[in-house]
Amino acid sequence: MSITLKDVEHVANLARLELSEQEKEQFTDQLNAILKYAEKLNSLDTEGVAPTSHVLPITNVMREDVTKESLPIEKVLLNAPDEEDGQIKVPAVLE
Amino acid sequence: MSEANKYETVVGLEVHVELHTNSKIFCGCSTAFGAPANTHTCPVCLGHPGVLPVLNKQAVEYAMKAAMALNCQIADISKFDRKNYFYPDSPKAYQISQFDQPIGEHGWIDIEVNGETKRIGITRLHLEEDAGKLTHVDGGYASLVDFNRVGTPLVEIVSEPDIRTPEEAKAYLEKLKAIMLYCEVSDVKMEEGSLRCDANISLRPYGQEKLGTRAELKNMNSFRGVQRGLEYEQLRQAEVLDSGEKVVQETRRWDEAQGKTISMRGKEESHDYRYFPDPDLVQLHISQEWKESVRASIPELPDSRKARYTTDYGLPSYDAEVITSSKKLADLFEESLAHTKDAKTVSNWIMGDLLGYLNANNQELADVLITGQGLGEMIGLLEKGTISNKIAKTVFKAMLESGKLPQQIVEEQGLVQISDEGAILAIVDQIIQANPQSVEDFRAGKEKAIGFLVGQIMKETKGKANPGLVNKLLLDRLK
Repeated sequence: MSITLKDVEHVANLARLELSEQEKEQFTDQLNAILKYAEKLNSLDTEGVAPTSHVLPITNVMREDVTKESLPIEKVLLNAPDEEDGQIKVPAVLE
Repeated sequence: MSEANKYETVVGLEVHVELHTNSKIFCGCSTAFGAPANTHTCPVCLGHPGVLPVLNKQAVEYAMKAAMALNCQIADISKFDRKNYFYPDSPKAYQISQFDQPIGEHGWIDIEVNGETKRIGITRLHLEEDAGKLTHVDGGYASLVDFNRVGTPLVEIVSEPDIRTPEEAKAYLEKLKAIMLYCEVSDVKMEEGSLRCDANISLRPYGQEKLGTRAELKNMNSFRGVQRGLEYEQLRQAEVLDSGEKVVQETRRWDEAQGKTISMRGKEESHDYRYFPDPDLVQLHISQEWKESVRASIPELPDSRKARYTTDYGLPSYDAEVITSSKKLADLFEESLAHTKDAKTVSNWIMGDLLGYLNANNQELADVLITGQGLGEMIGLLEKGTISNKIAKTVFKAMLESGKLPQQIVEEQGLVQISDEGAILAIVDQIIQANPQSVEDFRAGKEKAIGFLVGQIMKETKGKANPGLVNKLLLDRLK
């Protein structure tokens, strides 16, 4: 499997990244190099091995349904680009 | 205009139900509705770097309970995945959801439409977190974000494309709502957004196996809205097909005010969510033991109660359907039957006076104070003739508003029916004397005149005279 320029454009679009033509080519090469390296894994025999979603042998980490204090609103809004009436104000998004 | 019945409509519904836990699914912030904007948020639900989500056990158990009530098979191993998308309602730029190992799969529910029972398949039920709420500033130059709802636990329930008409869609939603209420996993208030519904709808010529191209409908904010949106869309698609064109696969928004669906093309519609397992959340192993303990907490569900009401109490199927549509209503019905044996009369009072009162006052059962004991005892007083039907209506209203027992209301307001012949006879004579013209009219054959005389007697006794006795004694006197 190899990455094409089109794949890079698609992923960049999904990630909201604007890339120059030179960057697109650069990332195509780099991503292909990474994939090629990862391809080494294909040399392993994984017959009968279940797909791994987590490497830690831990399951069922849960908490009881108890409320805790939330952040004070001043702190919440510290990271907001702009605010109005306690709400975070962002450029308009359409329906 | 197209012939709508040339085509078969195929609908699948995706329903999101908010689980009514106290705290959010991955952090301790409160899930209470209506708090000032952004006051129920913390570094975890705001997606700050370096934080770790920890799963709420109650949310998992509610999801299991809901899945079991929908006859799903419960997974032995389940996990959480990240669904990646950029939108200001999602501070992490991904939603924690479940991709290939949902809590439940392969379920079904039975619905009833036009007296026929139909089984609708449930593809899956999975657990996920809700997004924030966006409002759009007037003039459209900015949007405002409230993150209080971010991280509220949701189950998404996906139906098989088994639904064939808008009526079936509405019946499916009503049944789903009833089951969620019975299980007490959600308060299911559509106006607060705790149940939301999207629909996939396509048309195909009758007899064709292959599904037509579908449209996805969003923004239907009531069960009625879902039905109307689907009705509109099935006509629209039929017209497109009749004109020889093709239905475009797209998302359409239901506009309640305009009564039509509007294409949302233009909005980025990439369904490339690049799901991958969330490395911050470990796998969930659901043991047989855990499943059984959750299963034991499921109460008797509406279908089973309905069957019992028709066979054990002889209720008409319609009555049983209405009463079991809400657990609280069904509980009231059963409580009443501990105090009277007349199930049909209980049902009549519930369906007539009770639901009528709630509708007229835009209230829910929780807003009124009547008890099953009160209703049952009131019917007992009616049977004994202590109160008349007319007085019962007064007593019933007083029970709704005060929660007092009927005996007390009758005594306090002096509502006991007058069944003493002598007392009634005295009033009958008094009225006959005061209305010689009516008496003469009646004797001359004007049957209607007796109605006037009865009315006068009831007025004199403030409606407390036993009406049967009044009629009998009056007729005796006039002979």
